[in-house]
Amino acid sequence: MSATFDKVADIIAETCDIPRENIKPESHAINDLEIDSLDFLDIAFAIDKTFGIKLPLEQWTQEVNDGKATTDQYFVLQNLSDQIDKLIAAKGA
Amino acid sequence: MRFEYFQMIDRIVALDLGTRTVRSVCSVPQESTIFEGHFPSYPLMPGVLLLECMAQTCGWLVTSLNGFTAMPFLAGVKEAKFRTAVHPGDHLEFEGKVVHEGSGYAVAECRGRRQEQAVCDAQITFRVMSFPSPEFRKALVEWAERIEVPVKALIK
Repeated sequence: MSATFDKVADIIAETCDIPRENIKPESHAINDLEIDSLDFLDIAFAIDKTFGIKLPLEQWTQEVNDGKATTDQYFVLQNLSDQIDKLIAAKGA
Repeated sequence: MRFEYFQMIDRIVALDLGTRTVRSVCSVPQESTIFEGHFPSYPLMPGVLLLECMAQTCGWLVTSLNGFTAMPFLAGVKEAKFRTAVHPGDHLEFEGKVVHEGSGYAVAECRGRRQEQAVCDAQITFRVMSFPSPEFRKALVEWAERIEVPVKALIK
């Protein structure tokens, strides 16, 4: 498991009061952990602050609505962590 | 302050996009049916309306930051505190700061004062979305002009 995933899982556990052991890399934030869009705003805020990035939630939502992406690509936690790593790398480039 | 229209802010007296800060003022009306119920013989401004003052103060800042291209909707409140009683005729001042502009959301902190006395404070989360209609945006722009938001300089 990546360090990024561990931080994301800690944020979700604290923000949504979900037992940490229930949060796995393969967990889908919406379908498995039942995190709603309002709680996800708090998670996004914590992720943005922790990693110094801006999760492109509007772009992701648009891509899903347009059928160009699936929610799995952004909301399965390992994929979310990979997206965060890409944003961190892009920031430093 | 026009309770009956839920227009809480009388005037935006400072707005700085660089520091992402805003300052507003308003006067609590001397009379309102709200005070007949809250409370009989002891008129007290409800805390939820102080919260609305803070939300509107910061909301004007959020929509100014995006050049009136999107509307902030109240989505969450954390650590709201109401520190003293506010009565009819009180003059209030609110200072807000956007602490984070996310994608489709913004987080702000606001505090209210009466003269130098702390009245209330809160952290407020807004969901920032497209205006529901051009008419809605037009009405909001007109409202902004009435309370002296420098709309012309801000609109994109």
